[in-house]
Amino acid sequence: MSRKRGSVAVVGAAESDLGLVAPDTSPTDLMAQATLRALDDCGLRLSDVDCVFATHSQSRMAVLELCEYLRINPRYYDSTTIGGSSFMSHLAHAQSAIENGDAEVAVIAYGSTQRSITRAAASSRVFNYYETPYRPFLPGSAYALAASRHMHQYGTTREQLAEVAVAARKWALMNPVAWEKEPLTIEQVLNARMVSYPFTVRDCCLVTDGGGAIVITSAVRAKSLGKKPAYVLGVGESIGHANISSMPDLTVTAAVESGKQAFKMAGLRQSDVDMLSLYDAFTITPILFLEDLGFCPKGEGGRFVSNGAIAPGGKLAVNTSGGGLSYCHPGMYGLLVIIEAVRQVRGECGARQVKDCEITLAHGNGGVLSSECTVIFGNDAAL
Amino acid sequence: MPDLKKQSPLGVYIEHCKKGELAYQVTADGKAVFYPRAVAPGTGSDKLEWRVSKGLGTVHATTVVHAKDKQPWNVALIDVDEGFRMMSRVEDIDPMAVKIGMRVKVRMHSAEEKQSPYPVFVPAEGGK
Repeated sequence: MSRKRGSVAVVGAAESDLGLVAPDTSPTDLMAQATLRALDDCGLRLSDVDCVFATHSQSRMAVLELCEYLRINPRYYDSTTIGGSSFMSHLAHAQSAIENGDAEVAVIAYGSTQRSITRAAASSRVFNYYETPYRPFLPGSAYALAASRHMHQYGTTREQLAEVAVAARKWALMNPVAWEKEPLTIEQVLNARMVSYPFTVRDCCLVTDGGGAIVITSAVRAKSLGKKPAYVLGVGESIGHANISSMPDLTVTAAVESGKQAFKMAGLRQSDVDMLSLYDAFTITPILFLEDLGFCPKGEGGRFVSNGAIAPGGKLAVNTSGGGLSYCHPGMYGLLVIIEAVRQVRGECGARQVKDCEITLAHGNGGVLSSECTVIFGNDAAL
Repeated sequence: MPDLKKQSPLGVYIEHCKKGELAYQVTADGKAVFYPRAVAPGTGSDKLEWRVSKGLGTVHATTVVHAKDKQPWNVALIDVDEGFRMMSRVEDIDPMAVKIGMRVKVRMHSAEEKQSPYPVFVPAEGGK
């Protein structure tokens, strides 16, 4: 592996406006807003940016639109689109570009107005003869099929799935910009409107507008900037399949590989990680990723999250923003997964700040458990 | 290698569906391939032969989709006996009664206005 532990850092991180934005706001408006906020966050200017990564579901050429909008002409750019994990993948590619001298200051941006224009309008689906006639509710039914296997093989229960949603809600109540503002109980999750068994609507991520941006530069340059750097200690990327009917094993994701790569590069063990930001598209996903990233044995994820173990005050801080389930989920949510991990390692999370947080892990998931990318961040002390 | 100017893998599959047949492919070493392809996954070989399944399989994973103003319906992954997995649904039974491990057999769903026929499954008699 060519990428070097700690060679680059995330120096700026910001959300765009979240939740429900004004009519006719575009994804590019949100990307541009977040980009300028992220640059302000670290004291860099638009003219410093020489590398841009962007993708979203509402246009095919997000990088062109963002660069036109901002009138910048980066020498390096990339629009890798593998769903919600795209941004972890962009971060890995940005690290390579910076290490190779192809770029100095990279911006990664995302935006979506899927709540405003509806989810169907924001992300059209390709007709697939081998799946579409059966009318799966996608992506939910794909994750539900995986959950059905996990329940069958390992005895995972709907109550354990609900624990994930309840923990997310507890964290969200400590995040002023979270979409959800009311407490949630396991019973409420179980009794909510069924969407795709075993998932009720409370097992499913939110549908919101929103976006974000992060700024990455070399560790050397990072030290000269205003904010504490979140050093990139490890990255890993792995793709599995595109459609759920082609997933080799419904209970094992490509996160096994991405996690292995990231931990190897970082030279760290699971017990070194202080906080996890795990893409929670559905309540089954944090359970799968806790297993596949090595935080508990395969099959034990449901039992691992029980009794408030990943909620505030639990044994492991997971998704402290409130996650895609309760904070914000604007389609491809991975960039916001990164932002929370960066903020935790910088100690900026206020009431929900994890104590002595030196090392965090952000894990992105794309498609239908299709693409898995892992990033491990560390502060000065961890470097 | 099939001449894609003349015939597509999906086109052949649909022709079989129209005859009431669930078709799949096998590689030179006998491995089942599904969905149908122009070249074999992994090897890139063009030695893919079409076969017709006996239509028996086992439910591998299952969900029930709920939507406003519609009866809930089943979506399942079926492990077909010849060694491939496909998405389908199990009919003629309460969708919540579809269980992992259940034996099922294929039934061709008739063509509809804009949709060619496609295979669905029903419980296999005697659990065979």
